[in-house]
Amino acid sequence: MVADPWPGVSASWSRYIDVPSSAGIDPAGTSHRWHILDNAGELNGRTPVGTLLCVHGNPTWSYLWRTVLAAGATTDQPWRVIAVDQLDMGYSERTGTFRRLADRITDLGDLTAALQLTGPVVTAGHDWGGAISLGWALAHQDQLAGIVLTNTAVWQPPQYGIPPALQLALHPAVHSWGTVTTPAFLQVTHALAHPALAPEVRKAFRAPYRTASRRAGVGNFVADIPVGPEHPSYAALTGVADGIRGLNVPALLLWGPRDPVFSDRYLRDLICRLPAARVHRFEGAGHLLHEDVDVAAAVLDWLDDTQSGASMPDGKLMTDTTRHASAAEITPTTDVIERAPRSDFRPLGAELERRRDEKSPAVVDMAPRGTGRKTTTAPRILSWAQLHRNVQELAVGLTAAGVRPGSRVSLLVPPGSELTALIYACVRLGAVVVLADAGLGPKGLSRAVQGAGPDFVIGIERALLAARAFGWPGVRISLEPLPRPARVALQVRTSLLELTAGAATAVGPSGLPPLPDPDSLAAVLFTSGSTGPAKGVLYTQRQLAAMRDTLAATYDLRAGTALVAGFAPFALLGPALGATSVTPDMDVTAPRTLRAQTLAAAVAAIDATAVFLSPAALRNVLDTAADLGPADRNALAGVSLLLSAGAPVPATLLEAAAELLPAARLHTPYGMTEALPVTDIELADILAAEAAAAAGEVPGAGNGVCVGRSVPGVQVAVSPLDATGQPSPALSTEAGITGEIVVQAPHAKNGYDRLWLTQRTSDSVKGWHRTGDVGHFDAEGRLWVEGRLAHVITTASGVLTPVAGEQLAESVPGIRRAAVVGVGPAGRQVPVAVVETSPAVSSPALAPAALSARLRHAFASSPALRPVASLPVASPPEASHRATVAVVPLAAVLVVPDLPTDIRHNAKVDRARLSAWASGVLAGGRLGRP
Amino acid sequence: MRVLVTGASGLLGRAVAQRLLDDGHAVRTLQRRSSGVAGAVDALGSLTDDDAVRRAVRDIDAVVHLAAKVSFAGAAADFEAVNVEGTRRLLAAAQRAGVRDVVFVSSPSVAHFGSSIVGAGAGTADPVRARGNYARTKAAAELLALAADAPGFRVAAVRPHIVWGPGDTQLVERVLDRARSGRLPLLGHGAALIDTTYIDNAASAITAALHRMDLAHGQALVVTNGEPRPVGELIQQICAAGGAPAPRLRVPGALARAAGAVVEVAWSVRPGQDEPPMTRFLAEQLSTAHWFDQQHTRRVLDWVPEVSLDEGLQRLRDHYGA
Repeated sequence: MVADPWPGVSASWSRYIDVPSSAGIDPAGTSHRWHILDNAGELNGRTPVGTLLCVHGNPTWSYLWRTVLAAGATTDQPWRVIAVDQLDMGYSERTGTFRRLADRITDLGDLTAALQLTGPVVTAGHDWGGAISLGWALAHQDQLAGIVLTNTAVWQPPQYGIPPALQLALHPAVHSWGTVTTPAFLQVTHALAHPALAPEVRKAFRAPYRTASRRAGVGNFVADIPVGPEHPSYAALTGVADGIRGLNVPALLLWGPRDPVFSDRYLRDLICRLPAARVHRFEGAGHLLHEDVDVAAAVLDWLDDTQSGASMPDGKLMTDTTRHASAAEITPTTDVIERAPRSDFRPLGAELERRRDEKSPAVVDMAPRGTGRKTTTAPRILSWAQLHRNVQELAVGLTAAGVRPGSRVSLLVPPGSELTALIYACVRLGAVVVLADAGLGPKGLSRAVQGAGPDFVIGIERALLAARAFGWPGVRISLEPLPRPARVALQVRTSLLELTAGAATAVGPSGLPPLPDPDSLAAVLFTSGSTGPAKGVLYTQRQLAAMRDTLAATYDLRAGTALVAGFAPFALLGPALGATSVTPDMDVTAPRTLRAQTLAAAVAAIDATAVFLSPAALRNVLDTAADLGPADRNALAGVSLLLSAGAPVPATLLEAAAELLPAARLHTPYGMTEALPVTDIELADILAAEAAAAAGEVPGAGNGVCVGRSVPGVQVAVSPLDATGQPSPALSTEAGITGEIVVQAPHAKNGYDRLWLTQRTSDSVKGWHRTGDVGHFDAEGRLWVEGRLAHVITTASGVLTPVAGEQLAESVPGIRRAAVVGVGPAGRQVPVAVVETSPAVSSPALAPAALSARLRHAFASSPALRPVASLPVASPPEASHRATVAVVPLAAVLVVPDLPTDIRHNAKVDRARLSAWASGVLAGGRLGRP
Repeated sequence: MRVLVTGASGLLGRAVAQRLLDDGHAVRTLQRRSSGVAGAVDALGSLTDDDAVRRAVRDIDAVVHLAAKVSFAGAAADFEAVNVEGTRRLLAAAQRAGVRDVVFVSSPSVAHFGSSIVGAGAGTADPVRARGNYARTKAAAELLALAADAPGFRVAAVRPHIVWGPGDTQLVERVLDRARSGRLPLLGHGAALIDTTYIDNAASAITAALHRMDLAHGQALVVTNGEPRPVGELIQQICAAGGAPAPRLRVPGALARAAGAVVEVAWSVRPGQDEPPMTRFLAEQLSTAHWFDQQHTRRVLDWVPEVSLDEGLQRLRDHYGA
């Protein structure tokens, strides 16, 4: 049997063992021959931390776990990894019996008894192997040290049917033919890998199932899926499903969402049962997760975190006290950042509560409402009292609809008073607001909502249409009552109007739950997804309140301020600040379309003193400023603060804004979805910093975008880059030392949603949030951002960062926007400029000779491409070696019609994608679009 | 030091000989015609001539072996006789004569098998997989040379990649000739990155090797300017420096490679006086990337290029008075 080569499997792992059976289906005295893969022989006498017992599903075999076996043997803290072939599967015996779930759980226990496993055991299960491994776990709690589950299920939620793909496989007409007679079920399963399996790997997966007689177990496995309470295995599965709620060991859930059978709903079910589990959803990966991503590395990292030095029973790091929070899967248990003391907490809704009787405006919508002749163009004005009442009614209504503390509520409602009221209602209830915005693009939005797994989706009709089309989870609630056919078609449960109408007469505020715990989750916000899928960022009540307080302290936003809410998430904080906020009449999916007159109208409506705008919106406002009349200009002249953020804001843009808003302080904060704001700078300081850089008089000034100094309560440092471009652990704030920017702030994220690996990386500098940006300080304490850590260029003569080169390129006539990326193997890369020209070219090409010459000339006389000073030098501080290292020459200049950017800001260039594209082109490959 | 430079009538050989003289060494040269290097002693003769070779290595401390048959076309036997057998003869004679060090000047094409080279190291010479008679015979000769490396007889191979400069007939003049007559096609999109070596840098790397034989012996080291640049841009710049029109004819790389293969066969059947307009080797060279990791070379030789690409192009412009 073992004659066939199995790629990735060491010959020494494969062995057979005869195991006496105690399964009910076998007569006494029966023994079965098992095939297992066991890396014990490769530990070379080192004592393993424990044993990882891996159980495959259907129709795979122990081969699925090969990378885990390899990794377990080679890591510093070795693990014995045993992957079994279940009976009737893989290379284990064909018993001629129909073994059901209960038998298989007993079988696995028989095997481990025969193996005489001692010491801590961590189980790992995939597909239906998950339930079997958990059955073993429940029966062996004395040795159980942890559980790992990948794309599996323990329970069939009654409100959903069996997944269509399985229904088909179970259909009597299909079942035997599809699973046993032909290898169709095998082939379909093996086709679920992304990217496709290599032919030799596919061959290895099929090897034990070549004939119909060897596939009987495959068919029986499918037939053993409990489709209802009358099924023989229903009781066994229910026992497992209920039993694991009582398990008190670390758990890891790794998931590939592109799984037609074990979809996200099963992940959510498992999270409910194992609330303390670490969870990572690998966006883009599918059912054969082990073939799509590095499962072995994830498992070994997790074992290191939770099991190193584990001795039974002390190895159980999780305690009951860590399990209460609904989002405990990401709440660090051992490395919680010291937050502000509890007494400082003032709920987000405190100001709204305080003003519950005021008649002055709280929120104003400028957008016209209604359709056709019923259109109303007058602004909608809600007083504090009205807003307070709306929030109360919504909170009561949502409670009536089943929203509870910890429930996830996706709000797909355009910015304005309705969204504001909904957010404050959810925050009041302790529900978790999921805020995915249209700026993620349709695909990104859908991925975000699916990933967050809301219990409720509240949206406008268009959003509910998408919810139906993409099969988003959650109870659907419309804003306004829909006609019955639409309601049925979209599977909408109710509408907000109905909920609040009921609330007014029914329960009343007394029916609301107590105020939520300050440290419970309050919101999931999303990153812009400029380099890969958008990540969900978790905020607690306390962290949202801290964001409010930081904003207030930084910009002196006090009660009574009137602000134009042009971008999230600041825009949502108006009521929390006690500030009147107005939403301009704009298409939020296209901030670039905001016109100057529209802004002026919003300002005039509330005599706004502060304006929050994205750079894209600000740019268009300036471009359309000619339309403004004297009254408009007069209104704008009353603005005393402009805040523009979300993407880099060039000084030239702010200078232009100064003409339009003559009385305004022009500020641009630096930060990210995970921590906003981190630093702040105003126009005059930008100009001073740039002058200092040009004069070369302040050590460290230059080489990047100056983002100013940290705002109150925020600590910033860099994790210096080493020669390979990787951050090193010792933090620095020394002038001129380039490193990854790390942040400590009371309003920094709580964690990433169901992205445990990402969370682990971002937290790897204990107590700090790793931003993924690189930059340095100058001698006057200003922070300069040089680009993304993932985009640094590692050349033979040192590490380059992209931003300074891009700024330089953009100053060359004929170039509109530029990206500087690395091409070639790590450590030997060469820098390449990819540029958008004005006028734009129609297709990508090598830059014309004249343009290349201009760029090369500019770069030759600039320090932009000089390797950065990385690790700190002892003394003197300004003796950065940067001044003495030669500039790296630009290898090539490519022109493209447009650079790939994020949808939300149209500003963050996807340099990783450009680098891959340029690498192909410059190797002589095809010249397609990046 | 008394140094024998073979092939000193070529661009690079002459530069190496001159540099050695400038450094105060005694230089003898071996080739069929006069080297034209003032101060060097020419020992005229062919590598195929036992006596000439034996005389040339007498009382010599070190040999820099550049002489070779360099061409894109020609009969295999001719390449074999000069490049392989000539090298074998020279090595044997040098060993017998008590020569201490040999620097064998090779070419990165000995380890280029058609696919692109992106930031790679030197790689091992392979006479079977190398493309074209020149590269195949240089590969065989390099293996011979490095195999002869032994205590007391140190051999290193230096592989300068695409050497060019004022007075260069191999690349610069050929590009300019074709461009002037409108016969210079640009292969593919012209963005493939290639490394080249300005003549002075190639010469200084070779003389550096002579001083670093304790580390360099037994190794093959690729030498370039370390400034990869798109082939299209480079050719345009050479044309501009020589006052020739930039190439306007664009030929897809794959088509050129296919055409090159056909032409190669035709030329081997009926070899003419001129080089063939396109060979598969040349098409590959001009449409796929080949640039190298120079860190190891620079460390071993304790050497960096003195003349940047742009400075080299300026000197080319000055040379042509453009």
